[in-house]
Amino acid sequence: MGIGKKTSKNAFVFGLVLLILILLAAAPLYASLYTVILLTSILMYVTIAVSWTLFSGPTGYISLASAAFFGAGIYTSAIVGRTFPLPLVIVLGALVSFCLAILVGSLTLRLKGIYFVMFTFGLVELLLHFILWWEVNITGTTGRVVPAVANTTVFYTMLMILVLLMLTAFFIRHSRFGLALQSVGENEEAASHSGVHVTALKIIIYGVSALFMGAAGASMAARWTYIDPTIAFNPLISFMPVLMAIFGGIRPLYGPLIGAAIFTYLEQFLITRFPYYYMLIFGIIMVVAILYMPDGLIGLAQRVWQKSSRRKHADT
Amino acid sequence: MMITILNIVISGLLLGGIYAVTAVGLSLQYGVARVLNVGHGEFIMLGAFITWSCFTLLGINPLLSLVICGPVLFIVGFVLYRTLFTRMRISSPTPGAFEGNSMLACFGLLFIIQNVAILIWGADIKRYSYLAFSVDVWGAKFAANRLITLGFALVICLVFYVFLAGTRLGKAIRAAAQDPDAAGLMGVRINRVLAVCFGLGALMAGLGGALISMCYEIQPTMGLEYTMIALIVIVLGGLGSIPGSLIGGLILGLIGSIVTHIEPGLSLVAYYVIFMVLLLAKPTGILGR
Amino acid sequence: MPILEGRGVTRYFGGLAAVFEVDFEVEQGEVFGLIGPNGAGKTTLFNLISAALAPKSGSIKFRGKEITGLKPYQICRMGVARTFQTVKVFSNMPVFDNVLLGAFFGRRDSMTGAKARKETTALLEFVDLANAIAVPAKDLTLANQKRLEVARALATGPELLLLDEMMEGLNPTEVSRAMALVKSIQERGITVIMIEHVMRAIMNVCGRIMVLHHGAKIAEGTPREISASKKVIEVYFGERTDA
Repeated sequence: MGIGKKTSKNAFVFGLVLLILILLAAAPLYASLYTVILLTSILMYVTIAVSWTLFSGPTGYISLASAAFFGAGIYTSAIVGRTFPLPLVIVLGALVSFCLAILVGSLTLRLKGIYFVMFTFGLVELLLHFILWWEVNITGTTGRVVPAVANTTVFYTMLMILVLLMLTAFFIRHSRFGLALQSVGENEEAASHSGVHVTALKIIIYGVSALFMGAAGASMAARWTYIDPTIAFNPLISFMPVLMAIFGGIRPLYGPLIGAAIFTYLEQFLITRFPYYYMLIFGIIMVVAILYMPDGLIGLAQRVWQKSSRRKHADT
Repeated sequence: MMITILNIVISGLLLGGIYAVTAVGLSLQYGVARVLNVGHGEFIMLGAFITWSCFTLLGINPLLSLVICGPVLFIVGFVLYRTLFTRMRISSPTPGAFEGNSMLACFGLLFIIQNVAILIWGADIKRYSYLAFSVDVWGAKFAANRLITLGFALVICLVFYVFLAGTRLGKAIRAAAQDPDAAGLMGVRINRVLAVCFGLGALMAGLGGALISMCYEIQPTMGLEYTMIALIVIVLGGLGSIPGSLIGGLILGLIGSIVTHIEPGLSLVAYYVIFMVLLLAKPTGILGR
Repeated sequence: MPILEGRGVTRYFGGLAAVFEVDFEVEQGEVFGLIGPNGAGKTTLFNLISAALAPKSGSIKFRGKEITGLKPYQICRMGVARTFQTVKVFSNMPVFDNVLLGAFFGRRDSMTGAKARKETTALLEFVDLANAIAVPAKDLTLANQKRLEVARALATGPELLLLDEMMEGLNPTEVSRAMALVKSIQERGITVIMIEHVMRAIMNVCGRIMVLHHGAKIAEGTPREISASKKVIEVYFGERTDA
């Protein structure tokens, strides 16, 4: 929004993004299978991180439920993966997560931020225990086998999901919806008194953010040939986007990208070298990062969201 | 029939006593020191494992371990606050930012502590047997260790309540809970008190963990569930109200016992439903302000 | 029918009655002053009207329709806009966007993008901020931030505008400019209620004034009547001198 004039810088960035996309799209042709799988992981983390920033950035609410939405996508895929073609499975995964987020949001977004954080934090455990109980008592089986999907297919679906996400983020930011989101992040009371239905806005953007996480989950499910609730709902996934937002967050569209890329690489590196220590190291990194980021996470995420409308100005 | 009810009630009080002790700890950390310690359960886990180690490796009576766990975890909490959170409190632009950042830092601590525990003790389930014989109470049989745990939990809560209401430090804590800046102006050494609170919170967690280890199996990943429960309890009792956490813990324990009797495995789900209903109906909790 | 009507409006904070059984009527087109010592309940009353807070009891009607119980965004869209005592602009957003938001979301009927932008530009001219459209709101002077808030409020197409201490912290020149702005708002047909401490402004701009003290209404009348009222002088005038 704003009085945007296309500067040459924007055009340069656009060209660069296009180039990267083309390179990525062609990756399976020239890169090793291992690289493709690594790239898929990066795409997954970026998708989750950007989706997370889409919501938590402007609203200032910290959602720790990413693992729940991602896991819901995985589970949906596991349940319907045999009966439906892959595109439909992904759409269903996205829808399930969307509905879950709308439900959770409607219940908790009208309340103070701290209750929201608590609730989302527990949502992952709740779903895990509930589905576990369901499987033990009602369906009789724990876990499911996921139908296999070729690695390159997974790669391309993840790439498409990420591109769709970036486009969505871009269009939101340059729409009146994005303007409203920004204003809510700046001063919720003033926004609400200017006619913005703040709660509805938060709920919708939460749903949109969850939608992409669910799609990512549904698409990635094939990575784990067997899943059960403890595999699908992994609290680490809730933790990752937050870390990436602390690290990367210079620009909304590039920040999580850089952070995620660094992270996945780091994860791969650490898992192979120090299989027992890597989570510990992540924890340390998180604590150190929070301690030394000058204005912490929320300020950073919000600066991230506004950076794109920064202009030089004269004193007034 | 009576026996079943008695069983449920006693189990409920036992569970509730443990929940109360751990929730009071979190209430201190959040209500006063304003740190939403999502790693609270990890302190509980540490208390449990320290007790286990003392018993299996050194042969120390678990009840005696309470005296070890408490101070050890107090020091851990105190030092953490002084090094990490005091600095964060100063550098955070708003109290809201501090709450957010400290919570995220605790998330990091969660991972650190849990993984350190796995490295030290391994990831398997552990348990030990102490006072596991049966005791006859009005016709119903109860494990002695459970009854003792219940007793100790209630005593701890009582002692703590008296401490808070009666002693000078307790008053300082209550003042700091209401308004840290005003308390500071009144001569309360606020950084010290907040660190003490956080330490006390960790201490209570450690004691809770020790009690848990006497009755249940333990493993390094046990923390998250207890953190969740403590969170639900402090919301149930009212954020910032310590008596509320005590009552809330007992109530939740009783509910858990009833649910487990009807349909085991659903107790956490039941807690969540309660949590959700609370958030919608009266987010300030039973005794909240 | 008065454009805004309050009957028995009451609000407590804990045991303290911030606003107690206040009745008022504001006629369309007038500039209505709301004065009283600090803590009298003036901003609380505004908060009750704009639904930032809910009253314990009493009713508030806008154009005959009950508005207690509605949400702020609904009241805004019905035609009631306000500014805030502590200026609440969107600090990191450019001036233009601050006002544009009001144009997009606060109106009874929604506008197209082009129309909203035109309206925004016109309003920024009206408040004399046309030179600063790209400036982040936080970089404006206080006086200009207040004008920005007014522009944003006006962008929502209100029939009633609540101004909360618009002139606080302004120097005498700025006060005069602000008074002129209020008059030109009135000329557009918008009813204004203003909370003020700056007596010069209140006396010159308002047609009628209501005085609150400890949450209760203690006087109401024209500026002349108010300045002559013994009760008001006892309670209020002793506390502030003004140029």
